[in-house]
Amino acid sequence: MNDSNDENSLPANNTLADDALVNLEAEFEDSNVKEVLDKLDNELIGLVPVKTRIREIAALLLVDRLRKQFALSSETPTLHMNFTGNPGTGKTTVALRMSEILHRLGYVREGHLVSVTRDDLVGQYIGHTAPKTKEVIKKAMGGVLFIDEAYYLYKPENERDYGAESIEILLQVMENNRDDLVVILAGYKDRMDTFFHSNPGMRSRIAHHVDFPDYSADELLQIAKLMLADQNYCFSPDAEKAFSEYITIRMTLEHFANARSVRNALDRARLRQANRLFANASKSLSKTDLMTLEAEDILASRVFLEGKLDMDSDAIEE
Amino acid sequence: MMTNPSKIVTQGQFSFLPPLTDEEITKQIKYALDQGWSLGIEYSDDPHPRNTYWEMFGNPMFDMKDPAGILMEVNNARKTFPNYYIRVTAFSAVRGVESVTMSYIVNRPKAEPGFGLTRQETGGRTQRYTIHSYATDKPEGERYK
Repeated sequence: MNDSNDENSLPANNTLADDALVNLEAEFEDSNVKEVLDKLDNELIGLVPVKTRIREIAALLLVDRLRKQFALSSETPTLHMNFTGNPGTGKTTVALRMSEILHRLGYVREGHLVSVTRDDLVGQYIGHTAPKTKEVIKKAMGGVLFIDEAYYLYKPENERDYGAESIEILLQVMENNRDDLVVILAGYKDRMDTFFHSNPGMRSRIAHHVDFPDYSADELLQIAKLMLADQNYCFSPDAEKAFSEYITIRMTLEHFANARSVRNALDRARLRQANRLFANASKSLSKTDLMTLEAEDILASRVFLEGKLDMDSDAIEE
Repeated sequence: MMTNPSKIVTQGQFSFLPPLTDEEITKQIKYALDQGWSLGIEYSDDPHPRNTYWEMFGNPMFDMKDPAGILMEVNNARKTFPNYYIRVTAFSAVRGVESVTMSYIVNRPKAEPGFGLTRQETGGRTQRYTIHSYATDKPEGERYK
């Protein structure tokens, strides 16, 4: 890469000469980040602002690596992130990808993801919280610590709540062990805003606030097809039409959880398909029969009949 | 005679080498983790070679991926017990029990008085020998200042 002026480079500390040239593209290829970014593009529908942000972060890290070759040192960039968005918008999935990207760029050493919630961090009695939080942090070292529903950590209505202690330790680690781990918080937008409002220290230590938009009906249909393909199912043409109608109605109902609602609807459709096949058990079935969801499997949903949620549906989940 | 020329206790791995730096400890921990072993930190102020069971500094650490967390705990132990022997022990679960596969001292007292040889006369002019750490003349917790 620095063949333009070899004798001037300093091999002792691997610093390149001032007029040496480096190739960003080669570095990009070299890091295999492209593969992860492409995977992100192919497997995650929509989410344009999120993808742009991840690309930006990847670009920054890559350029930073090149700068290092010229000994243009800058501090390790703060990579702690905050993912906000409605239920089922893919926060966890993206966090998983993020740990892979950071690993490929060499910003986390191991690239594993430790996913925790309040229960894993906050103890039940005095003196229980600190060791518990530290235990989790130790496990996450060299990887990404993903705190789901992070706003539960802080309960303003109970001033003796141990959550505050946990936050304090987290803040300390986020500042002092920046090279060792990356913390990603996730939660619903409005509640996370309240959380940051009462913990300004947390807000300032997080460099990247990424908002996950809701999916459009088209995107949800694409997601549904992708999910089915993963499980070796497919829609018949009629079923596809029915399902896109289903999504339109479902989106107006309460407790709509984007991709998660889609997954639940598909699970119920599979149930009805199995039931339908069983009802005509005397008929011998082909591979296509076993794979195809028909319109009737979807139209039987109560969403169509009464404009209400299925009883066994995601009414309970938020 | 019982003390070696370097005047330090030589137990476990690397004990004839100069003290390990944090970087070297990190590499050793990394090696153990890569083998799938779990690590524990133990401390003691009784350096007798037959004193195998040292006090545990916290629980052994399972499911760890990266040495940074364990090194953090080593430094915690050093802060808590600056004048004790502290060792890092790696346990392998291959045999169905957690058995010690690596063990090395990462912290030792500033001054180590060493061991004396005690002779005992028994029947028929027989001599029995035993070694005795000068440090253990003092009660536990006051042995190294």
